[in-house]
Amino acid sequence: MTAVEMPASTQTGPGPLPAAPEWRRLSPRMLLVHPVIELLRAAPALLGILYLSRNGGAGQIWSLVGLVGVVVYGVVRWLTTTYRVGPEQIQVRRGLVRRSVLSVPRDRVRTVDLTSHAMHRLLGLTRISIGTGTSDRKGDNGLRLDALTVAEATRLREELLHRSTAPLPSTATATGAPPVAAAAGTVVARFRPAWLGYGPFSLSGLLPVVVVVGATMQFVSEAKLAPERLGVFTAVGDQLTRAPLGVAVAEVLAVCLVIVGLASTLGYLFRFWNFTLTRGNGVVHQSRGLVTTRAITIEERRLRGVEISEALVLRLVSGARCVAITTGLRVGHGAERGGSLLLPPAPRSEAERVAGAILDDPSIVHAPLVEHGPVAQRRRYTRAVVPALLLTGGLWLLHRYASWPDWSWQLSIPLVFLALILAKDRYRNLGHAMVGARLVIRRGALVRRRSMLSCDGIIGWSVYQSFFQRANNLVTLTATTAAGKQRYAVQDIGYHEALSLMDRAVPDLLTPFLAD
Amino acid sequence: MQMAPATETSVVSLRPPAHRVSGRAFPYWATRAAAGWLVLLGIQIVWLLLSHDTGALRVSILVGTVALAVLHVSVMPLWRYRVHRWEATPEAVYTQSGWFNRTWRIAPVSRIQTVDSHRGPWEQVFGLANVTVTTASAAGPIKIEGLDNHTAQQLIDELTANTQATPGDAT
Repeated sequence: MTAVEMPASTQTGPGPLPAAPEWRRLSPRMLLVHPVIELLRAAPALLGILYLSRNGGAGQIWSLVGLVGVVVYGVVRWLTTTYRVGPEQIQVRRGLVRRSVLSVPRDRVRTVDLTSHAMHRLLGLTRISIGTGTSDRKGDNGLRLDALTVAEATRLREELLHRSTAPLPSTATATGAPPVAAAAGTVVARFRPAWLGYGPFSLSGLLPVVVVVGATMQFVSEAKLAPERLGVFTAVGDQLTRAPLGVAVAEVLAVCLVIVGLASTLGYLFRFWNFTLTRGNGVVHQSRGLVTTRAITIEERRLRGVEISEALVLRLVSGARCVAITTGLRVGHGAERGGSLLLPPAPRSEAERVAGAILDDPSIVHAPLVEHGPVAQRRRYTRAVVPALLLTGGLWLLHRYASWPDWSWQLSIPLVFLALILAKDRYRNLGHAMVGARLVIRRGALVRRRSMLSCDGIIGWSVYQSFFQRANNLVTLTATTAAGKQRYAVQDIGYHEALSLMDRAVPDLLTPFLAD
Repeated sequence: MQMAPATETSVVSLRPPAHRVSGRAFPYWATRAAAGWLVLLGIQIVWLLLSHDTGALRVSILVGTVALAVLHVSVMPLWRYRVHRWEATPEAVYTQSGWFNRTWRIAPVSRIQTVDSHRGPWEQVFGLANVTVTTASAAGPIKIEGLDNHTAQQLIDELTANTQATPGDAT
């Protein structure tokens, strides 16, 4: 078999059950939530049936049947989902016809995520997701109970994550009670309204705006509405046609920027309002959210490092985000969704302070890095500029022999200069170092990342050398790990330096394989 | 940003892993590559036959494909055979693979989670097996291709025994 199989992590199917407490149900209040959510989810289909059958017929009956079916489904789901927490395992039983039991050993629990949507909050409920070593992989929903009462969920979290840690000397929160049942500990970072200024530069509003605009245009054309009959649109259209081309383009761009900026800021406000990062009792805990609240607890022993990431736009205003490199959290869909975020877009100095505090080494974020040398620098330029030149050349050939318009290849010339700037920045950002027992890697221009990975977390090496790298004795060294993005690569590092780095990071592993 | 000068490094290099793969891997790689090219050539020939005019462009693409195929099938297996090597000690698994581009992989035995073997149809024809070693990282398993069945089974037994002797997987 080729599938990655994790022994004794998650098994589906009934196993030998140790003496355990009785099976418990989800909160009965979910009987209110599930049908409503399922109804909302099924609403487009139901409305569609209703719309198609507006001239009478059996359609209305069918939509009623659908409605009842959806509600019954919600009730059945509540009735058939039970869980229990034993001394060894957490088990979740699901399904009416095909019953399944998901068992997770308790020592596999890495993170606990409490998420409450608006309806949950109204009813005092929260959804609990338990992250195990494997849940960062695709197609694995992990262990999720939707939903328990806040008190019950909090109790469960304490039970799961504080099992072996002796209580630390009391470092109780000084500045008021933390929101949404945060674990006790010292506050590392707390939301400041000034951070909202970084909202527009997070560009998180870009995608929603595109989706909304696309959907609206689709709707307008499907419904055969005529927006040009509205006075506002006519006036705008007239103004744009009368203005010179440059001005019109600038106007449209400015409006787009303002809309995206506003949407991004709103998104920032909704997601990160009340953001609090605390630490203590062997866990790192973050809570945030305006309408939907999330509280994520990461077991500190499993925290393999921290990454400071600066997207280009954010870098322009000296902003940065801070992300945990840890097992048991989904990483594929962006750090915010995955919950491994340690700090939303905020001033870079703040991100550096948080990274230093979490790693117990404030100097690591400023530690000097080793440059990769002139060949690595040249490779940054060739890899950025050659594709741009090829594009321009190709467009010129198309212009010459296939009578493409002049402007196509002329417009592509600035790309070459952009590529030059990008290459320069990429090399300036490239670097690595060993700081204490951590491997520090920095790379990237569009998104610059400084990954600070604990060497305990490195579970293998991959040394890759392309045909072109071989001529210059460079390699790409990748440290593989079970945490975060699973692989952290040092690009275009000298071969001997790579070996030396491997040896310093994981002593003795390499020694038997070195040539005399 | 401040940058430190490159650290002093003694000139060390990796030695190649101890064992070559089976000699039968050579025809296996050649057959597998040839099969891929044949599919591509088949599509092009059908395309040529279906068109009424004998387009010079189509013929030259076909000729180019044949040339590339012959070059690939004749060069790649030998090159690969010279590169692909593996070694397993009680402490670590070490492999070298690739041909045009190369990859060296090292994983400590203490971090191994599963060891398994897979035999595809072509591998069965040539009596070969590969051994896949996974760790807790999703960054990709270490795969040793082109072992003969006996060696593969021995390696699996050895790795399984060694893995059980060392606890922990660093997740």
